[in-house]
Amino acid sequence: MTIIFGFFLLTLLLITAVAIVQSQNLFVSVMLSGMFSLLLAVNFFLLDAADVALTEAAVGAGISTVLLLSALAITAKHEKAPSSSREGALIIVIIATLVLIYATFDNPQFADPNAPVHQHVAPWYLDKTAEAIDIPNVVTAVLGSFRGYDTLGEVFVVFTAGIGVLFLLGTQPGPFAQSNPYKLTDPKGLRHYLIPRVVGRMLIPFILLFGLYVQFHGEYGPGGGFQAGALIAAAIILFALLEGEDSALKVIPRSVLIGLIAGGALLYGVVGLFGIFLGSNFLDYSVLSSNPVKGQQMGLLIIEAGVGITVTGVLLSIFHAFAARGKF
Amino acid sequence: MYYVVTFALIITMALALTRAIIGPSVYDRVLAVNMLGTKTVLLLAVVAFLMGRPDFLDLALAYALINFIGVLAVLEFFRNRAAKQPEEKP
Amino acid sequence: MELILNIASWILMTLGGVFIFVGGLGALRMPDLYTRMHAAGITDSIAPILIIPGIMLQAGLTLASVKLLAILVFLLLTGPTASNALASAALLAGNRSEQVKPTAVSESEE
Repeated sequence: MTIIFGFFLLTLLLITAVAIVQSQNLFVSVMLSGMFSLLLAVNFFLLDAADVALTEAAVGAGISTVLLLSALAITAKHEKAPSSSREGALIIVIIATLVLIYATFDNPQFADPNAPVHQHVAPWYLDKTAEAIDIPNVVTAVLGSFRGYDTLGEVFVVFTAGIGVLFLLGTQPGPFAQSNPYKLTDPKGLRHYLIPRVVGRMLIPFILLFGLYVQFHGEYGPGGGFQAGALIAAAIILFALLEGEDSALKVIPRSVLIGLIAGGALLYGVVGLFGIFLGSNFLDYSVLSSNPVKGQQMGLLIIEAGVGITVTGVLLSIFHAFAARGKF
Repeated sequence: MYYVVTFALIITMALALTRAIIGPSVYDRVLAVNMLGTKTVLLLAVVAFLMGRPDFLDLALAYALINFIGVLAVLEFFRNRAAKQPEEKP
Repeated sequence: MELILNIASWILMTLGGVFIFVGGLGALRMPDLYTRMHAAGITDSIAPILIIPGIMLQAGLTLASVKLLAILVFLLLTGPTASNALASAALLAGNRSEQVKPTAVSESEE
């Protein structure tokens, strides 16, 4: 039964993808890519991957749409006509697709317990988590502790992306913004729309609270730093949309944002270095406390906090960088 | 027991997708995306119980909050465009 | 007792499913933006009111029921607000409806 639902959703995904590519109006493409992220998140959920589904829903369908719309406000509305014919590219893509489909004939059956991917490290992780880390969510244990070095790399990738955008777009409004009174978020915001403003202001504390819940609940259920960072950034972006970007900059000034971006990655690295100072390997959390299991849990908590802080800072900086430059 | 609801939800998601593709004006498409978002929340809640994993309700709650922000962002974008060019209908 | 709960839950959820399908069909076939918004609004308001209590009857008195109640409250708060914001934005952009003629004009003198 789940397979039938999965098939149906994948067909809808295919139709959405074709529609995104076919449409000439860029705004339609942005809306449809939001829908694409949603359908993909439901698909991940049907495959029982809850952490990935939560990240895809929070980042792909929420924040991505807002950032793409901000980018669209600065650029043109319609796609330019292609300057050369694209038959060569189409043929290459079709050949690559046929090769990939042929390669999937060798895959094991869906949900086969004897598949090679379930034979080597997976049972080891499942056993070791119960005895060394003792938290119910194995995904967070693998992400944060067994493969903590990879996650350190991911935090630094997010950090680099934030710095890259700030280099390109700058932290101050560009030369066009002064001559144009209409920015993406008008300094007064949606102030004359009373109903969305009242309801939105009521919701912001709950979204922030839910973001904190997802952050600290990552060891027991779906959650963790990336999802929580996206949710908290979404709450502040909602505030910026309703009250105006200047009020949002007063609430969290740019200096604090830069501190957040660097601070999260620094926190993660410092926890790793503590492992060395206390006599063990880099990113070994068992030495953080006298009981190794408690040390692992404490280490996971602190690094997830670091990840959440960096992701919040980066997403908010990118939003402010785009919104300050609105040139219609 | 949950199959009727799940089928109804998925078929309505297909109908919303159709409206998003053929909607003549941009507000039809925004309406379709909002509808798809709320259907996704209900689908996640129903399927969480269908699969016997009630601790996945956090996803539905997160999505219900994010959907609202997406729609408001789109409307802010259009309000600014319409304030600048009142006769334009993209 | 189990049987009554299951039957009640099934009736509520199927009724909710019927309303969702009707709303979706309306959003596709209605002639105008505002009438489509009206049809889509059905799926935002009455359908969660039927479906989520249907699921809550299955979940009993656990943490899952509290989360479901929170989902219901948020959907009921944000759905009509989004419809209102969309309708205001469409009206301010000049999207006139062909189904409803403006009555404040001088056509009423006949």
